[in-house]
Order: sequence, then structure tokens, then C-alpha cells
Amino acid sequence: MAANSVPLEFHTPIAGTNIPGYDVEKIRRDFPILQQQVHGHPLVYLDNAATSQKPRAVIDAISRYYERGNANIHRGVHYLSEHATAEHEAARRTVQRFLNAADKREIIFVRSATEAVNLVAQSYGRTHVGAGDEVLITAMEHHSNIVPWQILCEEKGAQLRVLPINERGELRMDELPKLLTSKPKLLAVTHISNALGTINPVRQIVEVAHSRDIPVLIDGAQAAPHLKIDVQKLDADFYVFSGHKVYGPTGIGVLYGKLALLEAMPPYQGGGDMIRSVTFEKTLYNDLPYKFEAGTPDIAGAIGLAAALKYVEGLGIDNIAAHEHDLLVYGTEALSAMDGVRIIGTAAQKAAVISFLIEGIHPHDIGTILDREGIAVRTGHHCAQPVMQFFRIPATARASFALYNTRQEIDALIEGIEKVKEVFA
Amino acid sequence: MSDLRELYQDVILEHSKAPRNYRELPKANHKAEGYNPLCGDHFTVYLNLEGDKIQDVSFQGSGCAISKASASMMTQSVKGKSKEEAKKLFEQFHELVTGQANGNRESVGKLAVFAGVSEFPVRVKCATLAWHTLQAALEGKQESVSTE
Repeated sequence: MAANSVPLEFHTPIAGTNIPGYDVEKIRRDFPILQQQVHGHPLVYLDNAATSQKPRAVIDAISRYYERGNANIHRGVHYLSEHATAEHEAARRTVQRFLNAADKREIIFVRSATEAVNLVAQSYGRTHVGAGDEVLITAMEHHSNIVPWQILCEEKGAQLRVLPINERGELRMDELPKLLTSKPKLLAVTHISNALGTINPVRQIVEVAHSRDIPVLIDGAQAAPHLKIDVQKLDADFYVFSGHKVYGPTGIGVLYGKLALLEAMPPYQGGGDMIRSVTFEKTLYNDLPYKFEAGTPDIAGAIGLAAALKYVEGLGIDNIAAHEHDLLVYGTEALSAMDGVRIIGTAAQKAAVISFLIEGIHPHDIGTILDREGIAVRTGHHCAQPVMQFFRIPATARASFALYNTRQEIDALIEGIEKVKEVFA
Repeated sequence: MSDLRELYQDVILEHSKAPRNYRELPKANHKAEGYNPLCGDHFTVYLNLEGDKIQDVSFQGSGCAISKASASMMTQSVKGKSKEEAKKLFEQFHELVTGQANGNRESVGKLAVFAGVSEFPVRVKCATLAWHTLQAALEGKQESVSTE
């Protein structure tokens, strides 16, 4: 334990959120990083939409792998290699279960949600999108679900179309049928907006798109930690998420794709592991999922991700969602009641993200002052500059909640905001 | 709160709320844009150079309290100075906000109120954005400058 850490029992009791069997105080003890002080205050970590903290189970799984299990996979006949291969494949099955995918070959390990989108844009996109074609995205996408499509469209002479949003930060669903009539080759949409918290009606979007035979990619980077995901129920063609936002390590992400689509797609990167045989004349590619996993993968990352998903499943994603919803309601009420505070993103369906502004005070200054109170929030454009442009603001401050946050921490945020106003009074 | 007070000094807050020389300069013969892509701060600096002398200087744009106050006080400090004097002042200011001034605050005059920035390394870019933009305008660069 670091020298500046404070044992949990010295904290004042934590206000629970009354989810039966959900003991947030006990849960917080699973996260070593939360037990510390920052600038002389207990750490209040409210930047979970950027990245989440890691439970002991994840940290231990990674250490255990490097201490006792490390070897390259699919290579050796020796004990450790076989063991590492088995663990890596077990991690794939854990992800399959988490997403309720029909087949484990539909689970491709990548570096991040960003890499997964790039894979689909470069492999599926380059074979299906041509000059004069369209790709449809939405006005609330993260840059990672904009730029890969822009690169593709520029290369192919295709056009990027955008489904607009309304003042509450919801998709303009009434505009969707019109944008689909020109038959875009693919629709890419985020499940939950990182900047606004909006939960999009992705099931409905897929249904409408499929009625015109348009495949849909769903960016689940923000959804994986907060919602039960069932790719079969959603009927998603592609679904992507990152490990580090769902309590796993950085450097690992997942692409889910329907088997038939993945089978027809050309490889994304060439190298070891993705081949069956290589001669200088001709290379035969490996089967799924390995065709898309060139080179030695992040084995420890996959194992750490599996540990994270099991941790989430252990608590129950529905319990987590209920707890976070309570925090959202509590936080929204408290912030709305403050003079000069304006919440950006007021969709009817929201995840536990509150983007806000304080009149006359730049978000950057809010972030600095809150930091000195031990409160970590994100300030800036949240890699969603088009969202900022829509609301005609340069930036917001954003508090985003996770399974270990408490009402008491929201109280600390409110006090912190009072302090910000005091400094600027 | 003490280092916060050191950062957000009254003079800085006052300049951020009522920035000086905050206007377009109709007679400007040099102009540059500065942008911090991480936080979206964006300024335009206008210059009226007569020979080597900064006859007039102004700015417009949006940003945090630190960047706006810095831009405001910069325009006051460099007005009437030569190009070389302005560049020298930027060097001294940069040393001040990065904590390399070794206690020598006199040379920067009123700008010494920005010494507190050195305790907040991520805010150095806020304090220097307008200065980088000024430098680009002095050098007659056409492209906008970025802190990244």
C-alpha cells in the first residue's frame, strides 16, 4: 500500500443506494486505487467514461499470468504454451458469454474499440464501399467512430452522411428512414454517447436498417460497463468495445462480428498466427478468429479482460445498472438545483454520465479546482468535437459514474463545485 | 486552497472577466491564430507592426481563465516593444510559468502573477497559448499554431 493511502475504515460511512445485496462499501475494497488520498483529500474518481479503475481480481489475474503462466500461444508443444493458449481461448469464451454471441469464432481480440472500428472500416469497408456510395454515422459519435469512416470515404470517393441529434442530445430517429433511402453501405452508431450519456435505441435502429439490408456496427465502448449486451437480441452485425472501460486492462478490445460477414472479409493485418501456410507465391489464411489476429496478441490483456467481465457478472450487470441509475438521478437532481449550472445532455434514456457547465467559468478551470479537492473529472471536448459544435460550446466538465461510486462522492462533487464558484466569485 | 489562490490571483480573475485589448484590430498588418486542440482554447492575435515596433496589439477568442488573462496581460506588456524585446519577454515568461525563473520575477513585471502556474504543469499550455500565437504573428506565419 502506498504511503499516502488511507485505510477505508477511516472514511466516513458511505451512503448506499439501497440496491438489495449491493454493498458498495465492500465493493470499493476490491479496488486498491480507490483507497488513496489526492491533494490531501480522499480520491473521488468520476472519470470512468475515460477509463475505469481495476479490481484486485484483474490485477491478480495479470500478475499470476506473468508470474506462472507466461508463454507464447499456438506455438510450442511445451506445458506453458499449451496452458497460455488454453487461458487465452477461455478468455474468448468469457467474452462470448458476456456478449451472448452464438459462436466463439465471432470474437476477435484487438487493441481497443478504436482498432475494432478501423478493422471493420478497412476490411469490410474497403470491399463493400465504392465511389458514390454512402456510409451513415450519427452526430454524437466519438472521433473513433467518425475518422475511420472518413478515411475510408476519402479513399473510395464515398460520402459520409450524419444522422442529426436534438437539443436533448437524442438521435433524430424521425430522420433515419430518409437517410436510409439512399442505401448507405453501412450504419455505424454508438450504443451510449460518451459526451452526453444518451442511451440510443440501437435495437430499433438495427431493425430499421435491416429492413433495407443495411448492416450496422454498434460502438459499445461506453455500454459494456453499464448495460446487459446481447448481440443476438440486438441482431448487431458488428459490436465493438474496449477492455479498459469495463474494469479490464488497457491495450485489449473486442470486435464481435457475425460469422458469415467475418468469413467473407479479407484480413486486416498480415503476419504470424493469421496464416495457414506461407510461400512466396501464395499465403493461405487461417480460420476465424485467428485470421484477424496477426502477431502475438495481448495474452495478459485478454486474461485480465476475462477476469474483469467475470467480476462484473459476479456483481450482476442489472444490479450495477440500478446502482448507477440511482447515482445519475441523485447527481442530476443535485446539479440541476445549483445556480448557474447547466447540464448538457438531457436524454430520456441516459447512462450515468453528467456533462455540465458553470456559467462564466471555463470547464478547464473547473477541472483544476476540483482536482485540488481530490475529485477527478474530465474536461474538454471528450473526443466528440461535433457534439460540442452542435451545442455551440467549446468544452464541458464531465462526471461519469461507475459501479464503485457513491452518493457521498456526488456530495463531494457538489461541494467542489461550490468551491469553484467561490474562487471565481 | 493556497496553491489555487496562487494560481487564480485576483489580477488574473479580473483580466479573465474583463480582458484588455479584446477586439479586432482594423489596422492590423500581422495576424495569427492559436489553438489548443486538447481543451478547445482558440485565440487570434492582431498586430500593427511599424518597422520593428509593436505599435498596437489586440486579441479575440475563447479559453479558460488562465489563457484569457494571459492573453490580456500579454497585450498590455508588449505594446510599444520591439520584436526582440517581445520575444525576450516571452522567454522570461516561459521560464516563470515552467518554474525555471529561479526566483527572478522582476524582469517580467506585472506578469509575475502567473508564477503560480508552475505548480500546475498541465496549465502551462493555457498560459503560453497567446504568447505562441503572438510569436507566430511576429514571424508572419500564415498557418495557425497549435500547442500540440
